[in-house]
Amino acid sequence: MDMNVKKKLGLKEKYALMTRGLGWETTYESMDAVFPQTRYEGIRIHDWDKWEDPFRLTMDAYWKYQAEKERKLYAIVDAYAQNNGHLGVTDARYINALKIFLSAVPSLEYNAHRGFARLGRELPGVGPQIACQMQAIDEIRHAQTQIHSLSNYNRFYNGFHDWKHMNDRLWYLSVPKSFFEDACTCGPFEFIIAIGFSFEYVLTNLVFVPFISGAAYNGDMGAMTFGFSAQSDEARHMTLGLEVIKFMLEQDPANLPIIQAWIDKWVWRGVRLLSIVAMLMDYMLPKRIMSWKEAWEVYFEENGMALFKDLARYGIKVPDCVELIKKEKDHLSHQAWNAFYTAGKITNFHTWLPTEEEMDWLSSKYPDTFDRLYRPRFEHYRELEKQGKRFYNTTLPMLCQVCQIPMMFTEADDPTQISYRQVTHQGDKYHFCSDHCQHIFEREPDKYVEAWLPAHQIWQGNCFAEGADPTAPDFDPLKSVLDYWHLAYGRDNLDFEGSEDQKNFAAWRAQATRN
Amino acid sequence: MPVVAIAPFVGVPKDTVDRFHGNQLLYVGWDKHLMFYAPVCLCLPPSMTFGDLVRGSLSEAWSVHPQWSSIDWSAARWLRSGEPFEPDFERSLADNGIGHKEVLRLQTPGLEALPGAV
Repeated sequence: MDMNVKKKLGLKEKYALMTRGLGWETTYESMDAVFPQTRYEGIRIHDWDKWEDPFRLTMDAYWKYQAEKERKLYAIVDAYAQNNGHLGVTDARYINALKIFLSAVPSLEYNAHRGFARLGRELPGVGPQIACQMQAIDEIRHAQTQIHSLSNYNRFYNGFHDWKHMNDRLWYLSVPKSFFEDACTCGPFEFIIAIGFSFEYVLTNLVFVPFISGAAYNGDMGAMTFGFSAQSDEARHMTLGLEVIKFMLEQDPANLPIIQAWIDKWVWRGVRLLSIVAMLMDYMLPKRIMSWKEAWEVYFEENGMALFKDLARYGIKVPDCVELIKKEKDHLSHQAWNAFYTAGKITNFHTWLPTEEEMDWLSSKYPDTFDRLYRPRFEHYRELEKQGKRFYNTTLPMLCQVCQIPMMFTEADDPTQISYRQVTHQGDKYHFCSDHCQHIFEREPDKYVEAWLPAHQIWQGNCFAEGADPTAPDFDPLKSVLDYWHLAYGRDNLDFEGSEDQKNFAAWRAQATRN
Repeated sequence: MPVVAIAPFVGVPKDTVDRFHGNQLLYVGWDKHLMFYAPVCLCLPPSMTFGDLVRGSLSEAWSVHPQWSSIDWSAARWLRSGEPFEPDFERSLADNGIGHKEVLRLQTPGLEALPGAV
């Protein structure tokens, strides 16, 4: 019998067959009926075949690469867990950064998975379909690897136990949750500009550096490894984000104003979301990498601006909000830590005052603002602590209708004055932290009037523990809300000083080093 | 455009006054006093007097500040939706023109906060 050995396909041939060759023009149903979501945003695409795929990755190669990455990741995560790697981190305060990460980020990744899975179905071109499908799988992998890596910490430390439940309920987590749900309820083109371009491309380094380099600097091999395992995926995502914007701009000049408005909106939405990351970089990493301000200057003002320069030939302009962000960079992290430190009764992580040495570091990084504005505030809190009266805010904060962050941001030119903006829409008042959040509302009020603002939901009585009776004489609303969040008072919240985490970490580390 | 959507869509406001069991939302901030990181979000009966608002909710929220007890209420200034406003302490919130989701700002000249706008 003759063996009929077929020649192996070349890469180019394989790519053509396994991506472009998978699509077809539908005949039983019109293409418009099969892809109904591509028209209502006003974006015009004339030729999907003009889509260039810079990676030319096919599914079979994709699975092979990803499987290899998974094997390496889980080997390291296992070794880290087996060797009690958690006791090697710089300082138990660091672990609180991971609590924020776990309660905010895997849910974002999961929603990114949902968003890109939808795009893989809804975009008519085969090139972007395949790229979006791969990204959808990447994103769910990121969620899983983050959960697995951090589950080890849940065995030893408080606050990790119910991150998914908290993500849907806890007051400050409505910020990341609503950010992504805003994106997921956009049309497919706005979604990809929001997440693929504005977030993954323009802002991604500002997330990666604090969390992943932060993990590396602070001895957290587990978190560092999932970061690096995700990094090569991120490179592909960034390329997709850039390709998609160029493709859309080249297809029709009428697309420009629509895309510009989306970039203006989503760069601002993204930067507001990063407020918590700014605080994490400057206040929560015992061993710091760089200041938020420095990161912003390198990754946005230098790299980001170079990108906008590149896009200028299409008519894209730098978003207006950049001027305000430039002024806020000296204040953002301090204002955020001031908020969380004083709201420490209702957080799922511990807070603390920076040490003298840390305050000196902050004043060297923020010479124009820290000693003048923020050091005195922290010294006042220190004085109260010394008197045994650690200050906790006991009220619910007023929230911005769009970003849902407490109204803690100050006027661009007066850092002692909270910035208030308001509009009346159909007889009701709506409040915002900034001109930019106000403009986002004014463009699409019907979307943002539906915002689920935690403070308002609590007052409506929608956030009490199951079975609670708010009319009972001994009803304690704060306790009931904490129960609803699954937050254990005195264990998960309050100051780091005196916490169970602090005591356990010290005791376990001592056991590891002496008899 | 009220919202970009595939079919006509009318948003249903989540925070209309009828959802607050006879109460209404009120936001109050104390200018230049940033120990309180954001204005407070309160939920109060519209029949409450302005004086009770100050002596009750606001005092509970802010009396921990060393300057609270030094405020001269006859000299304190108020803004309502950003405009100067003279509240009548004896009359109700409603009679003072304070509706649902109103925002008030307290200004205390002479007590412009401690160093660092504490």
